[in-house]
Amino acid sequence: MATKPKGAKKAPSKASKAELLEFYRAMLLIRRFEEKAGQLYGMGKIAGFCHLYIGQEAVVTGMQACLKDGDQVITGYRDHGHMLACGLDPKGVMAELTGRSGGLSKGKGGSMHMFSREKNFFGGHGIVGAQVPLGTGLAFANKYKGGDNVSLAYFGDGAANQGQVYESFNMASLWDLPVVYVIENNQYAMGTSVARASAEVELYKRGISFEIEGEAVDGMDVLAVKEAGEKAVKYARSGKGPYILEMKTYRYRGHSMSDPAKYRKREEVDDIRTHHDPIEGLKGQIIEAGHATEDELKNIDKEIKGIVKDAADFSLESPEPDASELWTDVLREVEGV
Amino acid sequence: MSVDILMPALSPTMEEGTLSKWLKKEGDKIASGDIIAEIETDKATMEVEAVDEGVLAKILVAEGTEGVKVNAVIAVLAEDGEDAGDVKPKSNGAAAPAKSDAEPVAKEEKPEPKADAEAAPAAPVLSDPSIPEGTSFTDTTVRDALRDAMAEEMRRDETVFVMGEEVAEYQGAYKVTRELLQEFGARRVVDTPITEHGFAGLGVGAAFGGLKPIVEFMTFNFAMQAIDQIINSAAKTLYMSGGQMGCSIVFRGPNGAASRVGAQHSQDYASWYGHVPGLKVIAPYDAADAKGLLKAAIRDPNPVVFLEHELLYGTSFPVPDLDDHILPIGKAAVKRTGTDVTLVGYSRMVGFALQAADELAEQGISAEVIDLRSIRPLDTATVIESVKKTNRLVTCEEGWRFMGIGAEICASVVSDAFDYLDAPPARVHQKDVPLPYAANLEAMSLPGVADIVAAARKVCYVDQE
Ligand SMILES: Cc1ncc(C[n+]2csc(CCOP(=O)(O)OP(=O)(O)O)c2C)c(N)n1
Ligand SMILES: [Mg+2]
Repeated sequence: MATKPKGAKKAPSKASKAELLEFYRAMLLIRRFEEKAGQLYGMGKIAGFCHLYIGQEAVVTGMQACLKDGDQVITGYRDHGHMLACGLDPKGVMAELTGRSGGLSKGKGGSMHMFSREKNFFGGHGIVGAQVPLGTGLAFANKYKGGDNVSLAYFGDGAANQGQVYESFNMASLWDLPVVYVIENNQYAMGTSVARASAEVELYKRGISFEIEGEAVDGMDVLAVKEAGEKAVKYARSGKGPYILEMKTYRYRGHSMSDPAKYRKREEVDDIRTHHDPIEGLKGQIIEAGHATEDELKNIDKEIKGIVKDAADFSLESPEPDASELWTDVLREVEGV
Repeated sequence: MSVDILMPALSPTMEEGTLSKWLKKEGDKIASGDIIAEIETDKATMEVEAVDEGVLAKILVAEGTEGVKVNAVIAVLAEDGEDAGDVKPKSNGAAAPAKSDAEPVAKEEKPEPKADAEAAPAAPVLSDPSIPEGTSFTDTTVRDALRDAMAEEMRRDETVFVMGEEVAEYQGAYKVTRELLQEFGARRVVDTPITEHGFAGLGVGAAFGGLKPIVEFMTFNFAMQAIDQIINSAAKTLYMSGGQMGCSIVFRGPNGAASRVGAQHSQDYASWYGHVPGLKVIAPYDAADAKGLLKAAIRDPNPVVFLEHELLYGTSFPVPDLDDHILPIGKAAVKRTGTDVTLVGYSRMVGFALQAADELAEQGISAEVIDLRSIRPLDTATVIESVKKTNRLVTCEEGWRFMGIGAEICASVVSDAFDYLDAPPARVHQKDVPLPYAANLEAMSLPGVADIVAAARKVCYVDQE
C-alpha cells in the first residue's frame, strides 16, 4: 500500500503567469470576503454560527483547479471559501450570511447551510462528518450514470473521527467510487488539537485498512495542492476508486466567531501567518518570477475589495425573505404521477 | 478616508461588553489581522482583530470601560496618507469619553432582555413542598446549578464521571462543565473525539460495567448521531435481559432552538425521547429544578435523557442552600396559581407562559402555569387537577405540534377530564417547518409569549374566530 509520509513539498514553478495570477485573485477574494464577513458579524448583521476560512484558502483554490464540468463539491459548515471557489457570486453568498432574500438559499439556510445546483455545490452541512457519506453518494451516482465525473468531499481533522467516514471509505473502496476525500487538517477541531483526539495523527493513513491511497500535502501552498489534486482526481476519474488527500493547513481565526481560542498560543498563529501564509507565499513567487509588481498586485487587491464591498452592500440592501417563504420548500409538489 | 472601529459582537448573544485592554496606542500603525484590543463578552475574553489597515488615530473608549454597547465607535483609524490628527468618528454613535475610569457608554433604555441573559419573570414563587421551611436561597445561573449538581454527585460517588466533546480542557462548549477538570482530573472528566455514536455507546457499555456516566452532547442535535445507542442499547437492555442488566446513565446537553443557528442546530427532542419506554426524560426550566433533577437523574438506576436549554444557561434563579437538594423525577410543579386557564409547558416555554400569565392578568384572565419538568414520566395528574379547576387548557412547546408533547397532554386530558373542559384545548408550538435562519422567518417560526396569550384568549372565548 503506497502511502507517502510527506509534509511540505517545494512547489515547482512551472505554472503559467495567468494561472498564478488567477490563484492569487481567487485566494484573495476568499480572504477579503471572510474578513468582511467577520466585520459584519461584529456589527450584528450576521448571526448564529459563522466559521471563517481565513488561512485555508490554498486548499479549495488548488483543488478547484483540478475539476471539470459536472464534478461535484461538498463540505461542512466552514463553507464560504468553497462556494467562492466554485464560482458563486459573492453577493449571493454574503446575502445568505445576512439572511436576506438575495441569498443563495433565500436566507433560509444561513452560513452553515448553503447550496448551488447550478455550480454543483452540494453544501454546506452543519453536522460534523455528515457530508462524507453524501459526497460518497454523489460519486456512486456518477459511476451509476456512467460518466467520468468525480466528487470532492471535504472534511476536517475533527470530522475524520466520525464513524460514518469509515463506513464511507469502505464502500467507496469496495465499489471503486470516484470520490476524492480532502481532509482539511487545520490542526484543531474547535479547541481540540489533532493529537488530543486522534490515535493516528497522520490522517492520510486513515484509508490504509480500506486499501485507499493517501497522501499528505502542504495545504498552505496552492501549487502543491493543485499538483496533488490533479493526481488524485485523475486517479478517481479513471475508475480506480477513491483517494485521500490530507491537506496540512491552519485556521487563523477562532473556530467560530465566538471562540476565544485560548487553547493555542498567539505566537503559534503569528508564526504560521508570517512564515506560511498561502497568499503571501504566492505573492512572493509572482513577484520573484517577474509576473507582476507589488503595485500591480495592490491594484488586484483594490479591485477585490471593491467586489467584496459590493457584496456586503448587496447583502445589507437585499430585503428579508417574504413572510410566505416560511412555508415554501418543505416538500416538493408531486407532478404528473 | 478614516474608518470607524466599532465594538464587535463576538457571540450570538452578546449585547455589550467590557473593553478590557488596548493592545495598540494612538499613532500605532495597524495591519489587518493585528490584535488591537481585548474585550470581555458575556462568556469569555476575546481578542479584537483589525480588519482594515492604517494608523490608530484616536481611541474613543478607554480600557477598563464596562458596558460598551455592540456597534459603539471605540476608535478611529486613519487610512494611508491621512493626517491622524484630523480624523473624527463618522457615525455619531455612542462614543464614550476616553478617560480611564470612564462611565459606561451612555446608558440607553435597557433593551428587552433576550437570549442568554433572559430575565426570569417575577412570578409569585410557590413554595416547593420538598424544600424545608426557612431554607435560604442563592441566586444561581442555570449553567452553574447544573455544574454544581454534577460536582456534588461526583464528590459523593466515585463511579460518576463526565464525558463529551470539549467538556474538560475547554471547560465545556457552553461552560457547563467549568472547573470540573480542575477538581476531578482527566480520569473523571473526559474529552472525547467528535464521535457521538461511539462515545454514547461506550458510555452505555461503561454503565453496564458498573460506572455512572454523564454523557454530554455539545447539543442534542448531535445526539441524533447516537440515537440508536440511546434507544436500542440504553433504553431496551433491561427489558431484553429480563431485568438482569440495566444502565444508570445520563445523556445531557442543550436542546431546542438557540439563536439564529438554522435548521440543523435547532430542534426540540422532547417528544422524540418521550416516545420511548425504558427512558426517563427531563426538561427543567429554572436553576433549582435543573440542579435537583440532574442530581436525581445521576442517581437514578435508569437511562435518563436530560434536556437543557442554551438560552436559559445565563439566567439566574434562586436555588435553595441545601447540602443535598434533590427532587423526585416525574412531578410537575405549579409555578403560578390561577382560575381561568391552565398553561402547561416545559423548559424555556415555562418562562414565556409566566410572562403570558402576567399579561393575561392585566386583561382580567387568571392563568395557572404548570411546569412539567419531566416529560417521561409525564405528570398528567397535576395537569388534570388544574384543568378540573380552570376548565381550559393551553399546551406550550418549542417543538413541532404534530405528534408533539401537547398532543399527548391533550389526549390525556380529553380522556380523563373530558367533562371538565369548557373549550377545546389549544396548542402553542413551533411552525411545522425546519427552523429558518433569516431573522424575520425565525421569529415567525418560534412560539413566544404573544402566541400563548392569543391561545389563552381563544380558549377563554375572549377572541372569537
Ligand atoms: C455531529 C456533530 N458534533 C459536534 C458538532 C459541533 N462542532 C461543530 S464544528 C466542530 C469541530 C469540527 O472540527 P474539524 O472537523 O476539525 O473542522 P474545522 O472546524 O476545523 O474546519 C464541532 C465539534 C457538530 N456540528 N456536529
Ligand atoms: Mg479542524
